[in-house]
Amino acid sequence: MNKSVLGDLDTFPKLLAHNAQRFADAPAYRVKEFGIWQSWTWAEAYADMRATALGLLELGLEKGDHVAIIGTNRPELYIAMTAISAAGGVPVPIYQDGVAEEIAYVLDHCSAKLVVCDDQEQVDKVLEVREKLPDLRQIVYRDPRGLRKYDHETLHGLEALITRGKALEASLGAAMDADIATRGIDDTCVMLYTSGTTGRPKGVVLSNRNILVTAKNSCEFDGLRQTDSVIAYLPMAWVGDFIFSMGQSQWTGFCVCCPESEHTMQTDLREVGPSYFFAPPRFFEGLLTNVMIRMEDASKIKQKLFHKYMALAKTVGPKMLDGKPVSLGEKIQYAIGNALVYGPLKNTLGMSKVRIGYTAGEAIGPEIFDFYRSLGINLKQLYGQTEASVYITQQPDGQVRADTVGVPSPDVEIRIGDSGEVFYRSPGTFVEYYKNPESTASTKDPEGWVATGDAGFIEKESGHLRIIDRAKDVGKMADGSLFAPKYVENKLKFFPNILEAVVFGNDRDNCTAFLNIDLGSVGNWAERNNIAYGSYQELAQHPQVLATLQAHVEEVNRSVAQDEMLSGCQIHRFLILHKQLDADDGELTRTQKVRRRIVEERYADLITALYDGSDGVFADTEVTYEDGRKGRVSGQLEIRDAATVAVKAHSVAAE
Amino acid sequence: MNDMNHDSYVTPDGRTIGPVMMEVQNITLRFGGVVAIKDISFDIREGEIRAIIGPNGAGKSSMLNVINGFYHPQEGGIYFRGEKRGPMKPYQIAQQGIARTFQNIALFKGMSTLDNIMTGRFTHMKAPVWKQALWHGEAEREEIENREVVEKIIDFLEIQAIRKTPVGRLPYGLQKRVELGRALAAEPKLLLLDEPMAGMNVEEKEDMSRFILDVNDEFGTTIALIEHDMGVVMDISDRVVVLDYGRKIGDGTPAEVIANPEVIDAYLGVSHD
Repeated sequence: MNKSVLGDLDTFPKLLAHNAQRFADAPAYRVKEFGIWQSWTWAEAYADMRATALGLLELGLEKGDHVAIIGTNRPELYIAMTAISAAGGVPVPIYQDGVAEEIAYVLDHCSAKLVVCDDQEQVDKVLEVREKLPDLRQIVYRDPRGLRKYDHETLHGLEALITRGKALEASLGAAMDADIATRGIDDTCVMLYTSGTTGRPKGVVLSNRNILVTAKNSCEFDGLRQTDSVIAYLPMAWVGDFIFSMGQSQWTGFCVCCPESEHTMQTDLREVGPSYFFAPPRFFEGLLTNVMIRMEDASKIKQKLFHKYMALAKTVGPKMLDGKPVSLGEKIQYAIGNALVYGPLKNTLGMSKVRIGYTAGEAIGPEIFDFYRSLGINLKQLYGQTEASVYITQQPDGQVRADTVGVPSPDVEIRIGDSGEVFYRSPGTFVEYYKNPESTASTKDPEGWVATGDAGFIEKESGHLRIIDRAKDVGKMADGSLFAPKYVENKLKFFPNILEAVVFGNDRDNCTAFLNIDLGSVGNWAERNNIAYGSYQELAQHPQVLATLQAHVEEVNRSVAQDEMLSGCQIHRFLILHKQLDADDGELTRTQKVRRRIVEERYADLITALYDGSDGVFADTEVTYEDGRKGRVSGQLEIRDAATVAVKAHSVAAE
Repeated sequence: MNDMNHDSYVTPDGRTIGPVMMEVQNITLRFGGVVAIKDISFDIREGEIRAIIGPNGAGKSSMLNVINGFYHPQEGGIYFRGEKRGPMKPYQIAQQGIARTFQNIALFKGMSTLDNIMTGRFTHMKAPVWKQALWHGEAEREEIENREVVEKIIDFLEIQAIRKTPVGRLPYGLQKRVELGRALAAEPKLLLLDEPMAGMNVEEKEDMSRFILDVNDEFGTTIALIEHDMGVVMDISDRVVVLDYGRKIGDGTPAEVIANPEVIDAYLGVSHD
């Protein structure tokens, strides 16, 4: 891998200058504001980027300084990230929904000199912890609302900063260009903090090579082009957004569209009609649940049409997507279905134009996955992590399945360790963890192989990678059989009624589980069946809800029992939690993954009750509200026994 | 206070309160033999948040309706920016720059949030009906200008997600916010809020308090509000008038009012310490 891979376009500022020439009048960014989509062309984005960079230099940004960015997806903030690179700094996007202490930790760890905030909410959080941050000198904000009366000694509006920057072009512009030219492929591109299922977040240092070579490879893999568009709605601090909305967008020149607010995502998605779309499985699940709920309320004729054509789509749709042979009759029927059902439905979902869709981060339910594919949406899976600049494996067109994560991405090597852990090596492999050589050494060996922390295997026939679970979560039960909690949890979560599940059983005789109901789905069911409830908690403990979930658990048990290796993981007892697992309480990561250890600690008494045979337990838990205040939630929880399938005594696992 | 009528002063938190905007002088309002308001006088200054509080039946809403021009008091007068106001129709009051919200939400339930707020712009629509129907010339221009104002309000109140939702389908707290939006659309100089927090939960109350403070701060709108929640009143208002059985029993800053023994007896409950 040498410089020639990227040519002269080996940093974002150079790439943006190039785009400003080749796609001058094509849209680079769009954002909906005041009810209208506003856009920046590549030429405008470049001009704003230069002015922002000069403004930041004037504020005292020095070479190698870390500059934090906190806010929702906004063109100005993407432009600011490139501007920070142009000025010689390193952008550090931070999760905008983090509480002040979380933000303080990151700002302190990277010794950020400047922070670019989106609005008052973020400025307030930074000001709250400012005393603890001796390195922090200046704060820049985009949206001036509510900030007029703040002390503006070290607080600066972005608009004014850009105006000042424009005035500096004549005197400092040439010097900045010369400086940009000195940086290249091996300089740091960005630092991203991993959300971390355990411990403090770590700063992952990624070079221009990591980001841009990965972006180039992945664009070629999927044939992305300038006319594509994406909707940027996932946190800017997440590596995926950085690759899609910065790397791939600037490499191919496609347009990044930002929603009006987090609540308008669905409407905005429909208006934009992106051709390239990424969402976590959660999103697709939620959308499907909504469709099903609304179909329940639709007229009889519509319901009939929907079910008839969805049944057809299930057999024909995926085949057509994969380019497999389909009879003429089926083609005609599918075309009719497309006119009557699939087309309008895709339009409502905002996916009419999706050419390439990806999901990753968690396992996706096969029914959910197939639903979208049968509509003709080319939804695929990929497997990746921050340390790899996203891509480790991905599914090529025509080889898409629900249960694998695909073949190694271009230039990525994969090997499976003795323990079953997956290792990879690629041009995207991170440089280091910032100020943490021990972790760097324990994750990345001298030859460049990185441990993913996930257990998996490569299918012989197809060469596809299959992930079983987190390597450290795969354990043994008391009788020595394999315990893979995530495998069971995913099966449980495929039911629309179950939002979250946590399975216990390591070193125990049998498995038990905590469940969270999905308020949308169960609430709608309650409404349709005239079941009144006063709170989440009350609905969760309703006898009929418990019975429904028991049926789900038992169905999962039957399915788990079929896999001989994992049949020990059947759920013997379960309870429905009195509150939703929440990132604000530390129970989930900011990317909504369960923190198993913390859940085990917080609810130790409930786990004890699951194993001591009692038929109920009183739970009392402290909760943290979004504004940081604390309260308590308590209630009596019923514990249910679930039927399990007897498995022939297989002492196979014993060594 | 009356000798300061034409002076401005600065509040402890740094806001400038201007001269008197509206003066209510010796108002008495009777419904047949029932005296709803008896000889009440107070003033509202430019840029302040003025609260009217009192127990049920104290005459608060009647007072607001008098200011609003909906009720015509039998005695006394109202001076708006120094001029005595004669009997006026509600739309004339609106044209003076006074807008209000209602205790029981009065929105058009079947219309979208956007359309509801647009109705607040009616005093700014001058084009004749036939031009509006044909979407022609000045009507088109006006509508675009008005839509722009409305969109800024939608952005301000953070209700983008419900722009096209019929308000009848919205939860109560959001309907209150839409109603505030409609009142703001009139670009009022004086905004009257009749129990803006009634029936809200804590979170909705906090949101609403923030919006009221922001409206006052960003647009410089003078606000007179009736409210039951004492915590809210004490937090956000500059001065408070206390009514009881149609009489005024207290007037001053929240701290002064809360220390007034008559107010404590009448409204906050008798305290003996």
